[in-house]
Amino acid sequence: MKLPQIKHIKDPTTSDKLYSFFTNLSGLTIFNIEFFKQAFLPPYEIAQIKKHMIELGVKTFPIVSIMGFILGFVLSLQSYPVLERFGATDFLPSTVALSVIRELGPVLTAIIFAGRVSSGIGAELSSMRVTEQIDAMEVSAVNPFKYLVVTRVFATTMILPILTIYVIFIALAGGFLAVILFESMSLIYFKNAIIASITFGDFVPGIAKTFLFGYIVGVVGAYKGFTADGGTEGVGRASTTAVVMSSLLILISDMVLVKITVWLWPSIG
Amino acid sequence: MIEIRGLTKSFGDLHVLNNVSFDVNVGENLVVFGKSGTGKSVLLKCIVGLLKPDKGDVFVNGENVITFSTKKLNAFRKNLGFLFQGAALYDSMSVRENLEFPLKRNFNFSQEEVDKKVLKTLELVGLEEAVDKMPSELSGGMRKRIGLARSIITEPALMLYDEPTTGLDPITSKEISVLILNLQKKLKMTSIVVTHDLLCAEIISDRAIMLNEGKIVFEGTIEEMTNSQDKFLKNFFSHEIIND
Ligand SMILES: Nc1ncnc2c1ncn2[C@@H]1O[C@H](COP(=O)(O)OP(=O)(O)OP(=O)(O)O)[C@@H](O)[C@H]1O
Ligand SMILES: [Mg+2]
Repeated sequence: MKLPQIKHIKDPTTSDKLYSFFTNLSGLTIFNIEFFKQAFLPPYEIAQIKKHMIELGVKTFPIVSIMGFILGFVLSLQSYPVLERFGATDFLPSTVALSVIRELGPVLTAIIFAGRVSSGIGAELSSMRVTEQIDAMEVSAVNPFKYLVVTRVFATTMILPILTIYVIFIALAGGFLAVILFESMSLIYFKNAIIASITFGDFVPGIAKTFLFGYIVGVVGAYKGFTADGGTEGVGRASTTAVVMSSLLILISDMVLVKITVWLWPSIG
Repeated sequence: MIEIRGLTKSFGDLHVLNNVSFDVNVGENLVVFGKSGTGKSVLLKCIVGLLKPDKGDVFVNGENVITFSTKKLNAFRKNLGFLFQGAALYDSMSVRENLEFPLKRNFNFSQEEVDKKVLKTLELVGLEEAVDKMPSELSGGMRKRIGLARSIITEPALMLYDEPTTGLDPITSKEISVLILNLQKKLKMTSIVVTHDLLCAEIISDRAIMLNEGKIVFEGTIEEMTNSQDKFLKNFFSHEIIND
């Protein structure tokens, strides 16, 4: 794998910026190809993947819990007066559930995950790069791409869907709590109203895209970290640019994916 | 064992190595001297394939490392030890895990044998008590010695040391030099040692080369080198700065 060198210029002109944008793009593409070349060849480093999954899960658990709860709570709180105006408060559970399951749960969890994890991976790998730990691994005849990058990308890809499902449940609980501030509604009613209105087809696209989001977070963080240079300054740069780049890619791919689902399955869309 | 031919390496317009050629015989300790920034670390990295030279060849046992496939390169690296100038300890692993890493990755030792080797190697560098510490808890000199332990634990046939004694006190420095000498004697290791430490060089070296501005300006024994009338060499080894 030969990655293009990204130059860091103090006061970049527009053409410098464009140039570095395309260098990044081509570098990231090469990095992705390398990932697929190496990901499915042994050794698989299952122990490392497991370790990273647990670490990432533990690390992001508190923040996504809070985020999920507030998401459901606020959504419910804001929808109630609107629905009340039309005498449609019966629809509240399904309104909240639909937005949480199809769009807000997956995307917001992914954005929070990107902020926490992409920067973490970027910082970790870039500091390993600038202190020659990655070189040390290479001279020990261990493939650092496989050991450091592939394992992390697998971990982020698999943990984000799990986190998202968890966030959805927390958000619905938050939504329910907000409802009972206004009127007495039983949990059973709330639950049944959701189950009656949500189909499997609502669930699948939302969760399916989180695999891609998780992949983006892992791959962008690892790319930025792996290609870092320039000492401690490079470490800081890797972690911040990783967050910006992965959040942006998540939003763009979400837009594209929503469009594709609507186009492929008009009934679901 | 090693024949380096016409090694040339630049970074942009910075010409670091310029047509460097030398040999290292089996079981020999070769010391590399040179001012800071002349490309000694770059030279070592070119030998192990971490950097790709612009020109030139590195023959190890008659085979050219530069043209190795990944598989062959890894086979070569399994029998190689590299002490990085900054030690390059894995931050996320304890000292024990750092030392176990090359052993467990490339060899099939039982856990019992691994434990034994870890303790024995730590004893060699005088740091048995650090076995369960994290790298961040170690001093600079300790890190260096753990890095040394990690690179010799597999008892490789070829060792490359990038400044093994910098940052160490005179006593430890001498102990490490003697350790390098013993490794050569007992295990018939071949070594290339980059150092500024004249005492260390005197203890370990069979032969020495001096690198300056990307070229080899001297090759011979330490004694010949320090007694040389060449202005640059005199300047390098004397206590005064000689101008004229
Ligand atoms: N990856 C790199 N990219 C660009 N320039 C580099 C790189 N590595 C080394 N250099 C440059 O090559 C020159 C030689 O560096 P090197 O690290 O080999 O010096 P050295 O002889 O080991 O010095 P010291 O004794 O201080 O360790 C330096 O000017 C350095 O700036
Ligand atoms: Mg150096």
